[in-house]
Amino acid sequence: MPKTTIKFDYDKYLRKDTLPHIWCPGCGDGIILKSLLRAIDKLQYKKDDVVITSGIGCASRLPGYVDFNTIHTTHGRALTFAIGIKMYKPRLKVITVSGDGDALAIGGNHFIHAARRNIDMTLIVFNNYTYGMTGGQSSPTQPYGSLATTTPYGSVEPPFDTCELAKAAGATWVARSTSYHAVQLEKLIADALTHKGFSVLEVITNCHISYGRRNKMKSPVEMIKYQKEKAVPNRSAGNMTPEELTGRFKTGLIYEKKDSLEFVEETYKQLELIKQ
Amino acid sequence: MSENIKLMQGNEAIAEGAMIAGCDFFAGYPITPSSEVSEILSAKLTKKGHIVIQMEDEIAALGAVLGAALGGAKALTATSGPGMSLKSEHIGYASMCEIPCVIVNVMRGGPSTGNPTLPSQADIMQAKWGTHGDHAIIAITPSSVNESFYETIRALNLAVKYRTPVLILTDEIIGHMREKVIIPEKDTLEIIDVKLPDVPPSEYKPYNYKSGKVTPLAPMGEGYRYHVTGLSHGETGFPTAKMEVLQDMQNWLIDKIYKNIKDIEKYEETMTEDADILIVAYGSVSRSAKAALSMARAGGIKAGLFRPITIWPFPEERIKELSKKIKKILVPEMNMGQIILEVQRAACNNIVKGLNIVSGEPITPDKIYLKIKEMM
Repeated sequence: MPKTTIKFDYDKYLRKDTLPHIWCPGCGDGIILKSLLRAIDKLQYKKDDVVITSGIGCASRLPGYVDFNTIHTTHGRALTFAIGIKMYKPRLKVITVSGDGDALAIGGNHFIHAARRNIDMTLIVFNNYTYGMTGGQSSPTQPYGSLATTTPYGSVEPPFDTCELAKAAGATWVARSTSYHAVQLEKLIADALTHKGFSVLEVITNCHISYGRRNKMKSPVEMIKYQKEKAVPNRSAGNMTPEELTGRFKTGLIYEKKDSLEFVEETYKQLELIKQ
Repeated sequence: MSENIKLMQGNEAIAEGAMIAGCDFFAGYPITPSSEVSEILSAKLTKKGHIVIQMEDEIAALGAVLGAALGGAKALTATSGPGMSLKSEHIGYASMCEIPCVIVNVMRGGPSTGNPTLPSQADIMQAKWGTHGDHAIIAITPSSVNESFYETIRALNLAVKYRTPVLILTDEIIGHMREKVIIPEKDTLEIIDVKLPDVPPSEYKPYNYKSGKVTPLAPMGEGYRYHVTGLSHGETGFPTAKMEVLQDMQNWLIDKIYKNIKDIEKYEETMTEDADILIVAYGSVSRSAKAALSMARAGGIKAGLFRPITIWPFPEERIKELSKKIKKILVPEMNMGQIILEVQRAACNNIVKGLNIVSGEPITPDKIYLKIKEMM
């Protein structure tokens, strides 16, 4: 294995006077934040051109810490604000960060419609299987049978597969990574940002406080281990039986469709045509 | 200069008013009886090169409006009762984050689905208190098609000037009736445009309430990087739980409207100088009230009419003054008694009665006249 070292000046992008962040020690969200900053830096985006919107929840606190145009919106609605500003100023690079509850429960409608429109934006879903900020209630991605404060006897609901949902709804770039796979994560974020169309990246992140603690993974180490062991690179998944894939998740690029009609471009093309 | 007069529908006048006022973004969701606003803008605002988008739901429509407004847009949405209920959280967000926007509510009956094709004035208190938490709001109740046109221009101006959501409350009658509108030359109108702050980005505080003045909202993407959150925040926009800041910020949200009430309030008085009985009416009902006033005067009763055009903040000082000499007040409304509560508060020593019809039929002049006679 080649040794990978990550040397990076995060201070350039952090709003240091807003730190320390609210995330619990050992939370995976900081790893995603840092990966996002490295990806943006790699792409040499100007800070003034980047807009980050978020909803409500742990993940949604991310924008406050980073020096871009940042909008911490209402629960589930971050994509609606993102669509508004992207349509109004298409030159801006618009990124939405959201949790699993925020993106897929209360924000589910906006999720599928942003995907349907294939609007040139990126959504990063921080999936920790739970409502961490409110203390560990049941989430739409919570694995069947697992425990939450509102499913004390085990969840009897099937969870959403974020990536399958995004693909089915029309997103043209879909991938998954984890807070363990930080190097892959950085690369995937950069790919998501450069994809033309709606890109959805699910990141499995660890919440040992609200989720792991109730599900035999009390420490961040156990949860990171879970991410490492359960991840199946998408390129290997094809050789595995459904039984072998049960309880595991695919990582890496899941789906990509190039040259699809993109909403911003289509809209402005039409505006040009009908202009008085 | 020859007058440019056009026959228009109320909802059309709102769309036309918005366009002449420089509205450059619309997001909506279909709902009766307001859909014409979005249909007309879909056909015409787009021809000016601006975005009109039908979102997936009412909440998303206001979300998109707020996103665009943060990018510097003069943005508008239109809806009716159930849509107002759904938009309530984002109205609070716009208040809290001081994002200019205009929300048109063509009122219909309720609660719930109510009567989509019948008029109502039942959302007056919702306009004031619909979202959770304390805040101030500006709401306007035009009573004609012509006024819908001009008040939409004023609404967009007030939204930018005070960085606040402004509601236009018409009703199904005003929204669907056709009347003449006197279209002005654009250069005769006062239009308040979105502008960049007059300080460089390093000195910009997006919520500089300590200055006592409304700080311009810097359009995002122009070098002024800042944070917007619905959490209680200080002058830099970042969340805070400092008690003195929470108190000051809450005061500011209310003061910036109420301390400028003279600039924001607008009303019309008819024959109030010598009146023995005052009718307080707004929107389409004020038209019937005007006719009832003539009937009363012809019948020897000295009636007067006070018509709020800005309904929130309520012009209570003027009602207080009028109540000193006019002891009887009648408040006809197409609801079960909403603005009457404000009138009773302002004129607490007077006899204040309501005429409340919620059957979906307009309140006719004769019904108001009968009530006047009954009170005299």
